[in-house]
Amino acid sequence: MSFVDLIFLICGAIAIFSGWRVFCTDSMVRASFFLLISFIAVGVIMLLLGAVYLGVALFFMMAVEMMVMALFMVMFMMNPAGLNPMKMVHQDKFAALAGVVAFFALSAVAVFGDFPDQPRPSDLDPVVTLGKELLGDSMLVFESAGVTLLATMIGVVAMSSHRGRYGDANAGSRPPGLEPGGMPAFSGDQEGSSGGHHHHHH
Amino acid sequence: MSIITVQIVAAALIGIGLYGALSQQSFVMLMMGLELILNGVMLAAVGFWAYSGTGIPEGQLLTIVVMAVMAIEMALGFALVVAVYRGKQADMTEALEGFKH
Repeated sequence: MSFVDLIFLICGAIAIFSGWRVFCTDSMVRASFFLLISFIAVGVIMLLLGAVYLGVALFFMMAVEMMVMALFMVMFMMNPAGLNPMKMVHQDKFAALAGVVAFFALSAVAVFGDFPDQPRPSDLDPVVTLGKELLGDSMLVFESAGVTLLATMIGVVAMSSHRGRYGDANAGSRPPGLEPGGMPAFSGDQEGSSGGHHHHHH
Repeated sequence: MSIITVQIVAAALIGIGLYGALSQQSFVMLMMGLELILNGVMLAAVGFWAYSGTGIPEGQLLTIVVMAVMAIEMALGFALVVAVYRGKQADMTEALEGFKH
């Protein structure tokens, strides 16, 4: 067994184990750090496979992303520090079955599939070829991803902002009726609101 | 390290992520499951690129696209959590029963 094989085995085990621990730990902040460990292990495997740029990009991206996630955990969760036992699941058995079936089906494809044995050439520079592809033939794909990210930013700000340019974000909105044209299930004060700042507690 | 072992690790990550996405009640934990699935997809794409794609750059491009999908999923997911929390004071998927119709 070579050195690379050993590192791969360790990183693969870390990636799978910490991925599994994400859904077993009591603390949600700890869960996001387990997810970060899983991503870093996958990044190391990418480096071993020769995808230098992607592995390093994964490190940076996930470090920031998991910090944001931990922050949201502290904001929203009742039990961010894991002081109490926590298990918030539904359809647990079905989900576990689906996960196991997905694993075995995909593994069967990996084991019994007939993939062409065409490894990347040893003199290939992955960063140079990726850069030439991104700003060459596949520029449209790359730029589409950029424009999609911009649209996401605008949509996210619109969706999460308190109020728009002309008033509250939910001003004049009415929940859908229980039956077509009927009354909504919850009829709050959509009739009685005559301007001013209301704080809705539903 | 071969294409088979790399794909098996990726399959395990996808399986665990599927379990999380289907079973978790909290929105943020659900998103962690989706992230884990995308993690496995990226690993599988890089594995195919390295072992059976003769190093064509489109394989790496696919991984970049998956990274963009990941960022979009994260941002939109958190915006939805904020919007739902503001409307319903809830952070659990069960609170969305009324949005079914």
